[in-house]
Amino acid sequence: MASRLVRRFFQSPPVVSSLLRSLSSVASPSQPIRVTLFPGDGIGPEISQSVKQVFSAAEVPIEWEEHFVGDKVDPRTESFLTWESLESVRKNGAGLKGPMATPIGKGFRSLNLTLRKELGLYVNVRPCFSIPGYKTRYDSVNLVTIRENTEGEYSGLEHQVVRGVVESLKIITRQASLRVAEYAFHYAKTNGRQKVSAIHKANIMKKTDGLFLKCCREVAEKYPEINYEEVIIDNCCMMLVKNPALFDVLVMPNLYGDIISDLCAGLVGGLGLTPRYSYSTLTSHMIYFSMSFLMILILYSCNIGEKGIVVAEAVHGSAPDIAGKNLANPTALLLSAVAMLRTLELRVKADQIHDAIFKTIAEGKYRTGDLGGTSSTREFTKAVCDNL
Amino acid sequence: MASGIVRSVLRNRAGKIFSATSFTNPDSGRGFSSFNRCLSSAASDSNLIRATLFPGDGIGPEIAESVKQVFREAEVPIEWEEHYVGQEIDPRTQSFLTWESLESVRQNGVGLKGPMATPIGKGHRSLNLTLRKELNLYANVRPCYSLPGYKTRYDDVNLITIRENTEGEYSGLEHQVVRGVVESLKIITRQASLRVAEYAFHYAKTHGRERVSAIHKANIMQKTDGLFLKCCREVAEKYPEIKYEEVVIDNCCMMLVKNPALFDVLVMPNLYGDIISDLCAGLIGGLGLTPSCNIGEGGIALAEAVHGSAPDIAGKNLANPTALLLSSVTMLRHLKLHDKANRIQDAILNTIAEGKYRTADLGGSSSTTDFTRAICDHL
Repeated sequence: MASRLVRRFFQSPPVVSSLLRSLSSVASPSQPIRVTLFPGDGIGPEISQSVKQVFSAAEVPIEWEEHFVGDKVDPRTESFLTWESLESVRKNGAGLKGPMATPIGKGFRSLNLTLRKELGLYVNVRPCFSIPGYKTRYDSVNLVTIRENTEGEYSGLEHQVVRGVVESLKIITRQASLRVAEYAFHYAKTNGRQKVSAIHKANIMKKTDGLFLKCCREVAEKYPEINYEEVIIDNCCMMLVKNPALFDVLVMPNLYGDIISDLCAGLVGGLGLTPRYSYSTLTSHMIYFSMSFLMILILYSCNIGEKGIVVAEAVHGSAPDIAGKNLANPTALLLSAVAMLRTLELRVKADQIHDAIFKTIAEGKYRTGDLGGTSSTREFTKAVCDNL
Repeated sequence: MASGIVRSVLRNRAGKIFSATSFTNPDSGRGFSSFNRCLSSAASDSNLIRATLFPGDGIGPEIAESVKQVFREAEVPIEWEEHYVGQEIDPRTQSFLTWESLESVRQNGVGLKGPMATPIGKGHRSLNLTLRKELNLYANVRPCYSLPGYKTRYDDVNLITIRENTEGEYSGLEHQVVRGVVESLKIITRQASLRVAEYAFHYAKTHGRERVSAIHKANIMQKTDGLFLKCCREVAEKYPEIKYEEVVIDNCCMMLVKNPALFDVLVMPNLYGDIISDLCAGLIGGLGLTPSCNIGEGGIALAEAVHGSAPDIAGKNLANPTALLLSSVTMLRHLKLHDKANRIQDAILNTIAEGKYRTADLGGSSSTTDFTRAICDHL
């Protein structure tokens, strides 16, 4: 056991936090790992309950510390998330987040923005994979999008130059680019991935995307066993819709990451059964509406912060129309939790639960509505527990 | 007949003067030049429309020859004025394109451009950049529709992407702030946004389209994309019969890969347009099948094939002329020669659908000349 620990320490890059976790995970039942849980809104509480149920059935040594989004804005955080919630994630180093509906209004930051800024979450990792037994146009998707999450086009620095002319600043820094490239290659190595593709538009944006690429190349040299390539974003989109099997791990600055990760989600996910419209009528002839579609509730993502903080979350919304009806698919949150387990070095348990989930879906007997079945949340959860 | 010629000659001259000077109101500029073209196309045989042709490099000359052949068979009243990329840099244009070539496009008002290989080096502007700046090409229009008979994962694509082509993220204004920190400016102006929105709605109206979707990320880039949206909304109010919607770009990509039939006409700033138009090209089978047209001030239209010059198959009679042919069809539509355009388009689609004559990139084994011959037969 000790030699295994030592070997693991030397094999993976010297990240102190994962060593700490290895040590803490060894002392399992007597010293459970504390993880912050934000059940969220809408279907959040139900699917969080599923996660807790599956974890206790699998005897995962985790102790949940639940936090809820408040009703009032906490002045210390300028948002509905309290300072205590954020401190809890900082201390525990790991969090699981259900879908949170962002309240409309002014005077506070959005919940996602608060988490991101306060916890220094610098990279968003979203695995996209074809779901066995659920047919879409694409059968062989198995890629991971790694998106820089702090700068780039989303720095929010805009101003009006003169009337009718507006500027927006896109910032790329060496530090942030190196950081996300390091994570991407580290992820590829520890997860047995063979290729990392950097997505850019450096032929046009020579200095900004050029700097991003330079940083990626520097990191690539440290990982000679991993293939590295650079793909222009418009080519990348075209290749993704023609043959997504061409890609393995994609690392990108903020905006491209946003676009590509949602594109990949569309490749493997369905649009679901219920398109949701929010519209406002300006005149009797015009209706402006923006569509947000309910994805199948499968996709998850992990946000990584400095010092190894992990906040895993389900990518879907809070689905208020099916909240409380025992209809929601807990897969996304379950897979988020599994991803979190992996970063906590509880790989055996992670694989066990992962296999149980996919076995249940592939079997087809118990499937929730978004995957075309008729099972309830509880039935599906029970089936996963049985398959453990 | 004589009075018709006199009338059309007078209107030609007047049309050119008007279209050259009425920049402030794009509607009237377009109106006059297309009115002018209506008249010139009405007096067809005796009054051929002159169009500039850039065959380009690599497979360019072969596919340009295909286009000329098909147009001759279909008796399209177009007279080609061919121009080639020079060997030396013309100091007046700072590129390999000569001033005469550019003047020719300005004068004729329409052009067709084959693939051009950009020479490596410094001291000159890229060819595409030269064309865009000198001719003030502000909108890039790409009709994307599934080709019946060429199966991709998507069968029901029928949309147009209209991309603002002068500003946005591609303004090229970058600088280093301190070591390791670089900034790039994204510029959005009211004038350019209004211009492209006007074109999008005008296009939708004249081509019988029902809906225009503006693609943006205004929830994050509130001022820049917000200004773009504001301009689109202003123009939308002038076209009450056309539905208008706004879609965030990441949602848009997701919807496009799931169900492209949801979209009709998309209008977008520069970067999103680049991404989405190539995405849509991928949906229907790639750049080798996608037509494209660049619209400039004063009603100039420069249709082009967006694929590369494919030097490895140049001169071997293997190239697929579909992209350039379909681009020439969009050029005909711009000239309001709709029946000729429809005839040629149907001939192309029927040939591909039949499957007997297909070039190598579509999975067949025909040569360029065989494929062209088959299209001519289908006319």
